[in-house]
Amino acid sequence: MRQILTVANKEFHDGLRNRWLISITLIFSLLSIGLTYFGAAASGAVGVASLSTTVASLASLAVFLIPLIALLLSYDSFVGEQESGTLLLLLTYPLSKSQLLLGKFIGQGGIIALATLLGFGSSAVLLYFQLDDPAVLTSFSVFILSAVLLGLSFTAISYLISLSVSEKSKAAGFALITWFLFALAFDLALLALLVGVEEGLSQQGLTQLMMLNPADIFRLVNLSGLDSSDVNGALAVAINASLSQAQLFTALFAWVALPLTLAIFIFRRKKL
Amino acid sequence: MTTPLVSLTNAGKSYKELDALKSVTMHLNQGEVMGLFGHNGAGKTTMMKLILGVISPSRGKVEVMGMAPDSKEAWHARSKVGYLPENVSFYEQLTGLEVLTYFAKLKGFSKKQAIDLLEQVGITHAMKRQVKTYSKGMRQRLGLAQAFIGEPKLLLLDEPTVGLDPIATRDFYKTVDQLKSNGSSVILCSHVLPGVEQHIDRAMILSTGQLLAMGTLKELRQQAALPVAIKPSGLNGSVVNDSRLNGFLTANCPDTLMVPEHEKLSVLKQLLSHDTLEDLQVEAANLEQVYQHFLGLHENKSASHEKGAQG
Repeated sequence: MRQILTVANKEFHDGLRNRWLISITLIFSLLSIGLTYFGAAASGAVGVASLSTTVASLASLAVFLIPLIALLLSYDSFVGEQESGTLLLLLTYPLSKSQLLLGKFIGQGGIIALATLLGFGSSAVLLYFQLDDPAVLTSFSVFILSAVLLGLSFTAISYLISLSVSEKSKAAGFALITWFLFALAFDLALLALLVGVEEGLSQQGLTQLMMLNPADIFRLVNLSGLDSSDVNGALAVAINASLSQAQLFTALFAWVALPLTLAIFIFRRKKL
Repeated sequence: MTTPLVSLTNAGKSYKELDALKSVTMHLNQGEVMGLFGHNGAGKTTMMKLILGVISPSRGKVEVMGMAPDSKEAWHARSKVGYLPENVSFYEQLTGLEVLTYFAKLKGFSKKQAIDLLEQVGITHAMKRQVKTYSKGMRQRLGLAQAFIGEPKLLLLDEPTVGLDPIATRDFYKTVDQLKSNGSSVILCSHVLPGVEQHIDRAMILSTGQLLAMGTLKELRQQAALPVAIKPSGLNGSVVNDSRLNGFLTANCPDTLMVPEHEKLSVLKQLLSHDTLEDLQVEAANLEQVYQHFLGLHENKSASHEKGAQG
């Protein structure tokens, strides 16, 4: 455990030193405060938008940003150290591969989690004072928790990438492709499936397919509680056949645990 | 008789199409300094990785401190092993002190020890600076400080003096001698370097994954049967006229007698009997010549082997 914390501490401080924490927090808080205030601008009024509109807009943005940030933060975690030779050196230390991986995960995950909490938490507090509605806190707790899980999930996925390639530039390329697939292409494919194949996909089937993408689970978690008027596309269909929040959170959690376990497995078999 | 600290028994490592290390048997005793020599790709690093337990042998047995280094039980023994990799660039954005503190903590030591080690390798003045501002020599010193964490019982150093200036090299060898007198064993891995001879007890010569020779420098010299170079001055050509001595002269260095080890003393006695002799230099074959000899022998053998296979 001491070893894991030593690694986690180092990775966390790297995140502070490289200004990752401060920049992610700034991006999140600026976006969320901006959306909170000007989200209603489209409907002709400047001022605090309704809670569901705000959360819906935040979720639509976060679903693109968080995976991208998590992948950027962690894609070179292992391949970078392999290139500089420190990975080999670390493994001659009394430090197991899983300890090293978990330590990195806690450190970098901590950066993502803290930035999400601070960035989106700021607008939650703001909105709470403006609307004076306790529902703000519950909606935002769900939003922030799921956003953290989404970030952790993509951190674990980027470890898979980082451990599977032997060059940093390749890892960057794969990270970008992964982001594109999960954040954009997957939804387009689902939509195509819905529109193009008649009777091809039941609501149930669609929801099940969405479980294959952590970004979609994140969307479901945050949009299923809202009026469906704020939501459109493939999501609106899925929401009608919604799963319970607990089930969705379990699925999201599985998207953290499974890639992480797989990453440990790959790391153990990796030739150095 | 104590058990050896490191012992390899017919140990080898193969990757898919490559025998990185064929079959090596060696023992390293406590307090012994072993020099491991060979070209790039000779299997030096593979052997080190086997001893470090980072990779497992494909065949044979590797034991360090009585345990297989890649096993779970050898876990706690790892903090007693220091390693300096050949190519390592430490976390550039961290300061030297931060880097060393991180590694010290992973071995269960504190920041204070890290500071002491930085002082020992002489980069205290730069410890608050980021590693990216360090020169090659300073990085190498940082790497050495890293290997010295926790007064290791076993040190594996891959090209330790690359990039070090002469003074730093001398300091480094001093540290090695000191560690040795404290009972640590050291494996020094290198291309043959001048100055390494007096600090090693034994040498191993590897080529393309094969152990070519192993022993003390004296034993290796005997095996190689390389002649001793004797350079007399003041004899004014009487060597050339001496029927016994002129046989030792070679065409490319007319002043120097190349004398086989067993005839050295008799030749010296004869030279000393000349009244005009002013000075005498005796030079035994150095490590580099021994190394070249064994390597040349190996290349000839494999060349004739290939010829035989073709014919």
